[in-house]
Amino acid sequence: MEIMYPMLRHERLYCLNKLGEVVGASTATFVGQCYELHHPPSLGSLVKASDGEIDVFGLVSSAETHSIEEGRRPVARGLAESDDDIFRAHPQLTRLLCTDFTAIVVGHRSQGAVLQYLPPRPARIHSFIYGCQQTEVHELSSSPGFLRMVVTDQSPWLDEVISACLRQFSDAHPDPETFLVAGARELGILLGGDFHRLGNIMRRVRGK
Amino acid sequence: MSDFGKIDRLGVVVSGSLTEGIHVKLDSAASVEDRAVGQYVTISGEKKRFFGMVTDIGLESSDPRLMLNPPDTSDPLMAEAIRGIGVYGTLKVLPLLAIGAGATGLAGPQPVKTVPSHFSVVREASQSDVETVFGKEDKDRFWVGSPLDMETKICLDLPEFVKRSNGVFGKSGTGKTFLTRILLSGMLQSDAAVSLVFDMHSEYGWEGTGEGSFRPKGLKQLFASKVAVFALDEENARRRKVNADHFVRIGYEEVEPEDIQILRSALNLTDASVQAVYMLARKFGRRWLSSVMEMRDGEEARKLVEELNIHEGTYRNLRRGLEVLRRFPFLVPNAANDSVKAALDFLYKGVNVVLEFGRYTDITAYILVANLLSRRIYGQYRERTERAMSGDAPKPKPLVLTIEEAHRFLNPEVSGNTIFGTIAREMRKYNVTLLVVDQRPSGIDEEVMSQLGTKICCLLDNEKDVDAVLSGVSGRNELRSVLSKLETKQQALIFGHAVPVPVVLRTREYGPKFYDELNPSKGQASSGADRIEELWG
Repeated sequence: MEIMYPMLRHERLYCLNKLGEVVGASTATFVGQCYELHHPPSLGSLVKASDGEIDVFGLVSSAETHSIEEGRRPVARGLAESDDDIFRAHPQLTRLLCTDFTAIVVGHRSQGAVLQYLPPRPARIHSFIYGCQQTEVHELSSSPGFLRMVVTDQSPWLDEVISACLRQFSDAHPDPETFLVAGARELGILLGGDFHRLGNIMRRVRGK
Repeated sequence: MSDFGKIDRLGVVVSGSLTEGIHVKLDSAASVEDRAVGQYVTISGEKKRFFGMVTDIGLESSDPRLMLNPPDTSDPLMAEAIRGIGVYGTLKVLPLLAIGAGATGLAGPQPVKTVPSHFSVVREASQSDVETVFGKEDKDRFWVGSPLDMETKICLDLPEFVKRSNGVFGKSGTGKTFLTRILLSGMLQSDAAVSLVFDMHSEYGWEGTGEGSFRPKGLKQLFASKVAVFALDEENARRRKVNADHFVRIGYEEVEPEDIQILRSALNLTDASVQAVYMLARKFGRRWLSSVMEMRDGEEARKLVEELNIHEGTYRNLRRGLEVLRRFPFLVPNAANDSVKAALDFLYKGVNVVLEFGRYTDITAYILVANLLSRRIYGQYRERTERAMSGDAPKPKPLVLTIEEAHRFLNPEVSGNTIFGTIAREMRKYNVTLLVVDQRPSGIDEEVMSQLGTKICCLLDNEKDVDAVLSGVSGRNELRSVLSKLETKQQALIFGHAVPVPVVLRTREYGPKFYDELNPSKGQASSGADRIEELWG
């Protein structure tokens, strides 16, 4: 079996932009497993699960690293120089642990068109998950309607997800401020006039 | 001029009624601070377009919590996000006209009888919308000003304007005189009517007083051949180098008991004294005043008092009052020239007459002369109009009598006795109408006010005055807020017969530019020969 060193593997995947595979999917969310331990896509970033026909776009709403065997918790491996030393000393650990992330479905691409509503079917298990290019982010967030699907999620840290998303998405727009204003106005409506909550979200967008 | 950029969407109709006005929710992009009461908007309904005026501007919020606990809007992003969603501006729009009422097949603006449907889009009225409603400047339509924030010309239909009596109202110093000069210039230019101006403060005929060093030109300077200046005060006219066409002298026999009656409070007369005047007039006829004036106190007076059964106190009160008249140099026992005839000669020729009062700015002189001359001129005019009705004579040009301090003539106590009250009531039947200039409209008889066709109001802030001006006008509550928010200078609200909808305007500037635009070739520059031709036909 080919032994892949973390850096080498990371570089190869980066070229392909392939982050992992779908290991769980429902209409409104999908769960991806990363090929590389401890390297989930950033919170609030846009990913897509592609089955060749439909690209399902998801907004990363959480990530978790855990043991591949349920009920078997990782144990502490003793004092070492650095955590890299631990993995070097116990190479099997990279195979016994995995990093999963959850993405909220915010739209899909069908026949070339990006649509801001749920796909006709959930993402297929084992379909590949890719990180999205800035052009795709721009395309999906050309209007702030995608936020409608985000706010329906029940995640307790949803506000963090939204602020991280707006922060990152704004970089894909030539005029980030205009994008943020449009997003904030849409959120103002979607949050039912809860402007204090909106204020908290926007403060985090500003990095305060 | 292009309309682009002026058709910005302001918001949508959310509620309202025809009588109370339509409520419009402003879009977030339309700042409430750019709006002003009196501005025009158009509303694109499903079937027709509506033309309306902004009468109120407000602020609303979607959630009362926002008012109790305002969010932090120090970040412009948040401020922007909340505006239009959490908090928003509202407009109250009074629908005035319906344009393009397709279903009825009628062209042009129609009176509004319904309201636009929900969520109809509201836009700022464009230049062409305003032009559609007010018409373009032409021979009969005289440009008086422009709406707020617009360059479109608002034109008054002068032939319609002079068909009825009109009023110019406003507090002192709000530009009534300038506005009246503009109106009179319009009448002169369009030949819609001839006017007789009772110029109490000598401002219309020759140079008037302006703010600072600006000396506004008088009508005579602008339309030399079409204006005759009559002066009551010869000395004052000479000092001001006014080239007066006639010096007015009034004979005692021209004064009638009615003239004394309206001067009752000015001369401090009792009711009994006024009654005594009528008795004296019955006894002495037309020469009653000179007879009383010439009568020395003593036996002669005592006999007269006894004969007419006048109380001695009353007689003394009357004599004291009449002594005031003796102090007026223009009032002479025997007037050599007939001022009324001179004025009529000019008026029949289409030449406007401005009567300057010079130093006699005392209200007694003004009331006496204005009423006396107007009564006789009106009588002649009436006769001539009646002859014209029977086909014996050409119909005289409409005559407009311009009077200042009108509440002195038209207050409820005397309006029944002055000729102006009669003219205001009988209106256009005899082609004579009034242009009332006043700063205290609440002092004018309600009946007279209700007969005024077009009212032009500069700023008024006294509640009674505002009520008086707006009585009987539809949408008066809405107009009230517009009227009280006018600027102190160069802004006026016009409503009534000569304009299709009430309009707030920035009045045209009366200055060198205005003089040029009046086509000076018709006025000053005309040659002497032209003048003679125009004068003598």
